[in-house]
Amino acid sequence: MSTTTRLASLAALTLALMAGPAFAADTIKIGVNEPLTGAFAASGTYVVNGAKIAADEINAKGGVLGKKIELVIEDNKSNPTEAAAVAEKLITSDKTPVLMGAWGSSLTLAVMPKLEEYEVPMLVETSSSGKITTSGNPFVFRISPPSALEAASFAPMVKKIGLKKVDFLVINNDWGRGAAGDFSKMLKAEGVEVGLTETMDQAAQDMSAQLSKLKSSDADTIMMTTSVDQLTLLFKQMAALGIKKRVITTGGSQNPDQIIAQAGAAAEGTMHLTTFLPWAPEKTPDPAATKYFLGEWKARGHQFAGATESFRGYDGIRSIAAAIEKAGSAEPAAITKAFWDVKMTGLNGPIAFAKSGPEGKESGQSKPTVYLIKIADGAVSEVAL
Amino acid sequence: MDQLLQHLVNALVLGGTYALLGIGLTLIFGIMNVVNFTHGALYTVGAYAMYIAAVGLGMNFFVALPVAVVAGLALGALIEFTLLRPLRGADIDTTMLVMIGAGIVLQSGALWTFGGVAKAVPSPFPDAPLQILGASVSWLRIFVFLAALTLIVSAYALINGTRLGRAMRATFQDHDTAALMGVNVSLIYTATFALGSSLAAAAGALLGPVYVVFPQMGDLAAVKAFAIVILGGLGSITGATIGGFALALAEEFGAGYVSSGYRDAMGFLIIIAVLLVKPTGLFARAERIG
Repeated sequence: MSTTTRLASLAALTLALMAGPAFAADTIKIGVNEPLTGAFAASGTYVVNGAKIAADEINAKGGVLGKKIELVIEDNKSNPTEAAAVAEKLITSDKTPVLMGAWGSSLTLAVMPKLEEYEVPMLVETSSSGKITTSGNPFVFRISPPSALEAASFAPMVKKIGLKKVDFLVINNDWGRGAAGDFSKMLKAEGVEVGLTETMDQAAQDMSAQLSKLKSSDADTIMMTTSVDQLTLLFKQMAALGIKKRVITTGGSQNPDQIIAQAGAAAEGTMHLTTFLPWAPEKTPDPAATKYFLGEWKARGHQFAGATESFRGYDGIRSIAAAIEKAGSAEPAAITKAFWDVKMTGLNGPIAFAKSGPEGKESGQSKPTVYLIKIADGAVSEVAL
Repeated sequence: MDQLLQHLVNALVLGGTYALLGIGLTLIFGIMNVVNFTHGALYTVGAYAMYIAAVGLGMNFFVALPVAVVAGLALGALIEFTLLRPLRGADIDTTMLVMIGAGIVLQSGALWTFGGVAKAVPSPFPDAPLQILGASVSWLRIFVFLAALTLIVSAYALINGTRLGRAMRATFQDHDTAALMGVNVSLIYTATFALGSSLAAAAGALLGPVYVVFPQMGDLAAVKAFAIVILGGLGSITGATIGGFALALAEEFGAGYVSSGYRDAMGFLIIIAVLLVKPTGLFARAERIG
């Protein structure tokens, strides 16, 4: 045996000994990789608060496999580089066998190579870029709708609302550009004209230039994809520029109540594609669970506006717990395999993973329900079609 | 034509606040030779002070505004007194590091106190915009533009027309000689830093109601302020004013007619061009070496 081989086996043995206690601990760790600061801080914080409700609920009922679950929460600072570093830290230092994250599409895409490198699965709760589940990463399981799925759900409504020509204004990253691409394709297939596609930086606060350009276009509708804070600014700036066009937002990160509170009259008449109906718990797929979740959300003193975002964290952790239960052990490989067998009812519809992407390396994609809501008279209502 | 006019109006309104940001930074660098990395944080502090005064304490919008500016003035004086005064004479790198640290503390403090969710400050002006020849502009933005112009003119008058301003300029030219001529240089430093800080806070307090208030709002503002100062030349109020409007015009027309994805790159392209042709900035003043 050469010295190198002996050294390598010694190193492997040491690693195995060090790794052992982590898996034998009393708790099962779940790594949570979310933006708690930076441009997406508001949304990431909501998701984490939702995740905590799920963890507490599961632990109150005795945990999973007889152990309590423990969330290891890290801030990815709304920055893809940080998101990858956080994933590495969670996997190698905290030894979390499964992750949830990372809110934004660019953040999730940055984490994905790490999942392949360490063979640890991640549940994707919010991101909607198509690339996430089509690039052949078998460790990705997504419960949020990709833009193409969101567009497909919206397709039957297009004629009923009477769209004729649409311009896009999207955040300049994988999420925004992906959404503009997928929705354009769908609209063209539905016979709707597609005009300009304008982009904005995720940290930008003044979008007057883009809006001025859209103002003089002959499109009747602007479709917008970005986070709630930027949407608030867009609606205020649209009002200031006197733009009166139909607005439809995508992505499900609009938190309509926050928009009403901050943009006021400027948000009147805007339409939003969302994946959760906290305004009408009785209309959701699992009214009892929705009511429990909303009750707990309120009891913890969180703002109601955050519920459209936080339910993703709640469903995400519940899906992960279901996978661990099915796996029968808290090993990354067993959990990855068990995700395919998860069948449960989430707050926005059934959660079950269908294969997506290149054969042999498929990612899991669940198919949530998409709703179209409207802000009228300072309140949210589902658009009746 | 409508679109051209709209872009022009947007750029003018934006340029006023950019200029305000730039002047505060250029004063501090020009007179004190301190690279002020707390400038963005002070902008954020101004916006939060406005939020506390107008929303938390329910003050009238026009009363809350000067309150926020005074808060920035006081915090600036405090930073100078506790952090910069003991470091007088230390090399520029040391002060730079301390200022970066102070900036992080201020930003994290805002995050700790107010959380990451953005806050809105209600505007006292009517929602319906003013229409001029097909271009629209909100009353709030017109007010912000006029307030920024007033502050710029006041700062210019203070520096060029008062005893304090003369002492500041003397200190900028040669602080040893100024001290020998009886100028209280320590006091001038505190006054300069406080003045620069209050201008940053004023920009934050004016723009907080236009946009939204959140802990990281100062990051982009600081980058723009540095860009404006480089463009206009260090220590020049006129330069910072023109730099502010030039940056706003470049961004607005770049986004409107070239590509909105590269909006923030437009300003920096101009800066690269200026640095290639005139490395000291467009309006740099002669400086004593040694």
